[in-house]
Amino acid sequence: MLPNASIPEGPIADKWDSHKFNVKLVNPANKRKFKILVVGTGLAGASAAATLAELGYNVEAFTFHDTPRRAHSIAAQGGINAAKNYRNDGDSVHRLFYDTVKGGDYRSREANVYRLAQVSVEIIDQMTAQGVPFAREYGGLLDNRSFGGAQVSRTFYARGQTGQQLLIGAYQQLMRQVGLGKVKLHTQAELLDVVVKDGRAVGIVTRHLTTGQVSSHSGHAVVLATGGYGNVFYLSTNAMTCNVTAAWRAHRKGAYFANPCYTQIHPTCIPASDDFQSKLTLMSESLRNDGRIWVPRDRDDVRSADKIPEAERYYFLEEKYPTFGNLVPRDVASRNAKTVVDEGRGVGPARNGVYLDFSDVLKRDGVKVVEEKYGNLLEMYERITGEDPQKVPMRIYPATHYTMGGLWVDYNLMTNVPGLYSAGEANFSDHGANRLGASALMQGLADGYFVLPATIGNYLTDFLNKPPVSTDDPVFQQAEAGVRDQMNHFLSIGGTHSPEHFHRELGKLVWEYIGMARNESGLQKAIGEIRALRDEFWKDVRVLGTNESLNSSLEKAGRVADFFELAELMARDALTREESCGGHFREEYQDPDGEALRNDDDFAHVSAWGWNDADTPQTEHREKLEFEYVKLTQRSYK
Amino acid sequence: MSKILNLTLQVWRQAGPNKPGTFETYQANGISDDASFLEMLDIVNERLIADNKIPIEFPHDCREGICGTCGVMINGQAHGHERGTATCQLHMRKFSDGDTIVVEPWRAKAFPIVRDLVVDRSPLDAVIAAGGFITAPTGTANDANDIRIPKEVADSAMDAAACIGCGACVAACPNSAGQLFTSAKIWHLNSLPQGQAERYKRTEAMVETMEQFFGSCTNHGECSEACPKEISLDFIAYMNRDYIKAKVKNRRLASQS
Ligand SMILES: Cc1cc2nc3c(=O)[nH]c(=O)nc-3n(C[C@H](O)[C@H](O)[C@H](O)COP(=O)(O)OP(=O)(O)OC[C@H]3O[C@@H](n4cnc5c(N)ncnc54)[C@H](O)[C@@H]3O)c2cc1C
Ligand code: SF4
Ligand code: FES
Repeated sequence: MLPNASIPEGPIADKWDSHKFNVKLVNPANKRKFKILVVGTGLAGASAAATLAELGYNVEAFTFHDTPRRAHSIAAQGGINAAKNYRNDGDSVHRLFYDTVKGGDYRSREANVYRLAQVSVEIIDQMTAQGVPFAREYGGLLDNRSFGGAQVSRTFYARGQTGQQLLIGAYQQLMRQVGLGKVKLHTQAELLDVVVKDGRAVGIVTRHLTTGQVSSHSGHAVVLATGGYGNVFYLSTNAMTCNVTAAWRAHRKGAYFANPCYTQIHPTCIPASDDFQSKLTLMSESLRNDGRIWVPRDRDDVRSADKIPEAERYYFLEEKYPTFGNLVPRDVASRNAKTVVDEGRGVGPARNGVYLDFSDVLKRDGVKVVEEKYGNLLEMYERITGEDPQKVPMRIYPATHYTMGGLWVDYNLMTNVPGLYSAGEANFSDHGANRLGASALMQGLADGYFVLPATIGNYLTDFLNKPPVSTDDPVFQQAEAGVRDQMNHFLSIGGTHSPEHFHRELGKLVWEYIGMARNESGLQKAIGEIRALRDEFWKDVRVLGTNESLNSSLEKAGRVADFFELAELMARDALTREESCGGHFREEYQDPDGEALRNDDDFAHVSAWGWNDADTPQTEHREKLEFEYVKLTQRSYK
Repeated sequence: MSKILNLTLQVWRQAGPNKPGTFETYQANGISDDASFLEMLDIVNERLIADNKIPIEFPHDCREGICGTCGVMINGQAHGHERGTATCQLHMRKFSDGDTIVVEPWRAKAFPIVRDLVVDRSPLDAVIAAGGFITAPTGTANDANDIRIPKEVADSAMDAAACIGCGACVAACPNSAGQLFTSAKIWHLNSLPQGQAERYKRTEAMVETMEQFFGSCTNHGECSEACPKEISLDFIAYMNRDYIKAKVKNRRLASQS
């Protein structure tokens, strides 16, 4: 059974305030008696750990990275949204709320999204006070830009390194608490199990990555802020070590995994150049403001771009969507690129890309203007491909970028397992079936700085003067034994292929069948093939070395094992959702123009999946979504 | 068109922090020059595993030059010979067929070797914990536009804040000094109006923590040459200036209390 989502009563604009008033508070003198374990020190985790410690809680923070400042949040480029309305261009909390619900294709909770929009305003103040060097205008005020097709300028940014600067801000606040002795920081500690006793989360088991030591940690509450699962596709814009293990092990211990099939594909990435490709690099979406996307009209045309005359170029987005042209939303741009490449019109040595051409804007505005606007991006492209985009058009292709699905949480960010919370990309909360650009950073920081610190006390008060469960308790001992067994097992299989090999093969299946476009027979096939590959993995993986030393192959084996199970659930979720919405496009459900067809009567719900066992598929629980403030409409970009 | 390279690698292998280390030679043949340096190492590792040999541990994560995880000495140079480039952004087209490439971990007393090419850079975090922040507990902030910050000031703070914490500056320095990193972190905060209240306390605490771990600066400038973000040596001058002021001011404050 899915617990109640705990959405407060009352008008939407008052829900968060009245909820904060109604939750039980912990007396300041009692806060230090509660121990909270925060796993993950990206934007969501670092901000949560720092704030909880400021409030007086006894906090331990965990990351598998060697320092909190390496979390994948560091790589975000574009910016962070906030309903500040500094431009006076008609923005408001209500508009950001509306845009986010609509952008999510009406598959998110209104109350959560409204709160996110409200809190967004405070985030910018908070980050500025911490010293984040947001871009400024000459008058000294904060600069904004419009991002991802938004009709107002509400995106704050720090050059092309917004995520880096925000994470450094949150990391510095965390390190301040570490220096004050208020947070105990465990680096290179990978969560490998969540410990549940009498139905409540009571702690975690970690493995130290450089010594192999397995240890237990107990607390009154556990927060998972462990990021997204985009690397299930193997190739994605995520950092190499991003993985689903923390959320997945929690899922295996009873936490529901919601909407796993909602994954976001970003249209402007550099295409893979060969089999050895290890990751894909995102090129900022802003390039689509001036670049024109095309492929040769004739699929046998192998001439270089400059030899193809205008009339023989197929500007497929401009032709199909005369109003929005190259600026259609991410999913539409991505799917259309896939279509032309599948038709055999792809460009580049592997014929796996489409052109993004700057020659018109170069002619119109000149080299200098283009360099000022896009200089660092063009340089990054040249570094990777060896081609100068001012001479030959760039080649781009879609890649997995973000995962909207994640652990199911209620309005308090608590999972269905009491005492277990989830924040940031790891939860499923605010983006519905599709995330708007510059909204992930906003959500991570909203969760960590403002939401969790206000809601967690409500759960804790019942445990006043009750110490955390001892790590000598058999539940911890069993969990530790399970982790050790798994490590030893990997080392003993002695098969023929590396974990990397299996990850790559799995990624191909996920991309092929559960990628940009899905259909029933493909998804059925995916489930069979994923299972077969998973069986082969458990029989044939080769992990060399020992447990007692840094061993990235061994780490990887555990993560790949979890990706296999996740991939199967993604397929099942995609199969069950018989509609197209946001990042989930089912080929059977499209209108005659090839646009996504939602089915609000039957699918305006969250699918939260509960674990049974490794051989029995998960059970689906549905949370109905009610829309009181936003009218459901079908998107059109013609 | 991509080219194929045949290379000889000499890679530092060391089984653990207190184990002896040695160079091993590997043949890396048939490498496409479209591969990145780290993808070349991936290929070598996959071949090692196929031969039942333990793969090389090397540091990496984002592979986009932003997380600061990667970093090895390539032919004696931190992050290799291309300026302003982190190891992960270096591509094999910058090498030639037949090259011998020597790959080593960062070498510095403050950065003990964990295994092979991976070192422990935790002293960089200790410098931040000592004072590399602005005290701004959640919920205490004014409206962000209340403080006007001239564009030039914000830009200068950003130039310093661009440091990715890779530690190449320390590895490149003959004295293993931590000045470039520390000064970048200090200048980011000291240059901003929000950072003024703690300016001198911060400077003193961070510099003195740095000195506990790292060697002293004798103005070689190798650090900035090796820095993937081309952090300017000027920040070291600003840090030294603030440190001298800090010593005077903090002493005066102490005598008043
Ligand atoms: C290339 C790129 C560009 C982006 N640009 C933007 C943008 O412009 N605007 C925007 O809003 N969003 C952007 N995003 C999305 C955004 O960056 C992320 O969604 C967000 O930063 C996630 O933050 P997080 O705190 O939830 O997780 P992360 O930053 O991924 O942090 C996860 C943390 O969990 C830890 N962890 C994970 N598993 C374990 C485990 N088992 N044990 C211990 N620790 C663990 C990690 O060490 C890390 O500390 C971008 C994403 C990418 C890939
Ligand atoms: S100053 Fe440069 S070399 Fe030193 S840690 Fe920062 S980015 Fe790396
Ligand atoms: S791997 Fe992140 S900077 Fe190189």
